[in-house]
Amino acid sequence: MLITVLKSKEDIECVAKGKTICVTCEGCKEVHFPEVEAIELVKELNPTGNVITEYVCNPDNLKVQLAKHMDKLNAADTVLVFSCGVGVQTVSDNFRDKKVYAACDTYPLPGGQGVTPLEFDCEQCGECYLNGTGGICPITACSKSLVNGQCGGCKDGKCEVDKEMDCGWERIYKRLEKLGLLDEMRYPAKLRNFNLMYEESK
Amino acid sequence: MRISELFKKGEMVITAEVGPPKGCHPEHLIHEADEFLKDVTAINVTDSQSSKMRMGSLATCKGLKDAGHEAIFQLTCRDRNRIALQADLLSAAYFGIENLLLLTGDHPSVGDNPQAKPVFDLDSVSLLHAVGELEKGVDLGGNELEGAPPKFCKGAVVSACSDSVDVQLAKMEQKVKAGAEYFQTQAVYDSEKFIKFMERAKQFGVPVMLGLIIPKNAGMVNYMSKNVPGISVPEAIVDELKADKEKTSSGATGVEITARIIKECKDYCQGIHIMALGWEKFVPDVLKMAGLKA
Repeated sequence: MLITVLKSKEDIECVAKGKTICVTCEGCKEVHFPEVEAIELVKELNPTGNVITEYVCNPDNLKVQLAKHMDKLNAADTVLVFSCGVGVQTVSDNFRDKKVYAACDTYPLPGGQGVTPLEFDCEQCGECYLNGTGGICPITACSKSLVNGQCGGCKDGKCEVDKEMDCGWERIYKRLEKLGLLDEMRYPAKLRNFNLMYEESK
Repeated sequence: MRISELFKKGEMVITAEVGPPKGCHPEHLIHEADEFLKDVTAINVTDSQSSKMRMGSLATCKGLKDAGHEAIFQLTCRDRNRIALQADLLSAAYFGIENLLLLTGDHPSVGDNPQAKPVFDLDSVSLLHAVGELEKGVDLGGNELEGAPPKFCKGAVVSACSDSVDVQLAKMEQKVKAGAEYFQTQAVYDSEKFIKFMERAKQFGVPVMLGLIIPKNAGMVNYMSKNVPGISVPEAIVDELKADKEKTSSGATGVEITARIIKECKDYCQGIHIMALGWEKFVPDVLKMAGLKA
C-alpha cells in the first residue's frame, strides 16, 4: 500500500513553468490519492490541458490514453504528473525530451501491494526526488540509492553490482544533459530523511 | 598535521595506501611502514577495501600514528549510518587523526561478505557535508557538540580516466561544494587522459593527487582494465609488462612504468598517491626514479 500527498504549492509552481500540461492518475483508489486537492490545484495552475486517466503506471494503458491528447502534449514545455512515483517515471519514460515533474510525494502504508510487475519502482521515500533527476528515480535506479550523483563503480555505463544494469546516475546525467537541465545537479549536498517513511504512515 | 596545510604551501604531497590485515595483528603492516614508507607525507588506510572485511581503518590509523606516521583515515558510507559515521569521526579527532578520505564505498555484494546489508545512509557528498557540520560544532541532527569542535583535512576521490568522465566531473563539483579540500584519483595508466582530465578539473581550484598502482604483471593490468571501474590501461603498457617476464616479476618494470607516469603527470597535479597493494617495498624506488626523493 502507499499514500500520495501533494507537494507544496510553492514546490509545484517552481517546476510548472511554461506551457504546462497535467496528467492526473485516478487509478488505484487504495493509494488515498488527494483527488479533490489535486483538482483544485490544477484549476489554479491553469494548464493547457489535464489528462485524467486510470493507472498512469501501466505503460500500455498510458500510451493509449496519451495518444488521445498528443497535440497538446507535444506542444507543452512541461508535464506535471499527479500520481505515485511509478506513474511519474512511466510518463517520463514516454517523454524523454520533455520536462516531466512530480506533483506528489509518495509514502508507504502497511498492506498488500499491487499485482502488476513494472519496469519502474517507487520506494515511497516521502520526498520524491524525480523533479531534480529528469524523471529517473535515484533511489530505485541506483544500486546504492545515492542522491548526490554517480559513485566510482560505473564501468562502460554499467553498475558495479550487475553488469547488465545501467548505472542510474549515468542515465540521469544523460537525461538532464539532453533536457538542458544539468544545473539541477548543482545543488547543495542532499541528505535523505528516513524518518519520513515512518512518520506519514502512522 | 593536516595535509591541506602542505598543499597551501605548494608542496608536492606524497601518500601511500595500506590495507589493514584480515585479522587483529597489524604489526607487520606497521613494520613495513617503518621500513619503506618513511619518505611519504602520510599513509592512507583503507576501510575494508573492495567490501572485503578487514581490521578497521581507524584502529590501524591509530597504530600508525603511535608509531610516528601521519595517517589518513579512509571512511566509507557502506557499513555505517550517519550516527556511526559521526561517532567514528569524533573518535578519530580524539586520536589526533586529522586527515580524512571520504568515500561512498563499494557495494557489499562485490566483497567477501555479500550477505551484508548495504547502508549508504549518507554518500561521499553528504559525508563531506557532515564533517563540515561537525567542524562547525553541530551534528547532522542540528545538536551542538560539547567543547571545541574537531578540525580535519577533508579528502575525496575522483576517477580521472573514467569512461564517464563528464559524470565524474559533475560529482567532483558536488564534492568541492560540500567541502572537499583535496582529491585522490583512481589509478592512472594513461598520462594523456589524466592531463586532459586535469585541464578540466583545475577550474575547481582544489589540489589533485595522481593515483597510481604499481603494475605487477600483464594479467593484473588486463584484469583491472576489464573489470575495475575507472581504470583503463593502454596496450603499450601491457606489452611492456609482457616483454621481459623476469624483469617484470622482479618489480623493475612496474617501478619504471610508475615512475614514468609520475614524471609525465607531476606538473599537472599537486600530489602523488601510491597504492602499492603489497609492494610497499618498491615505493622508495618509485619515488627515487621519479626524482621526487633523493
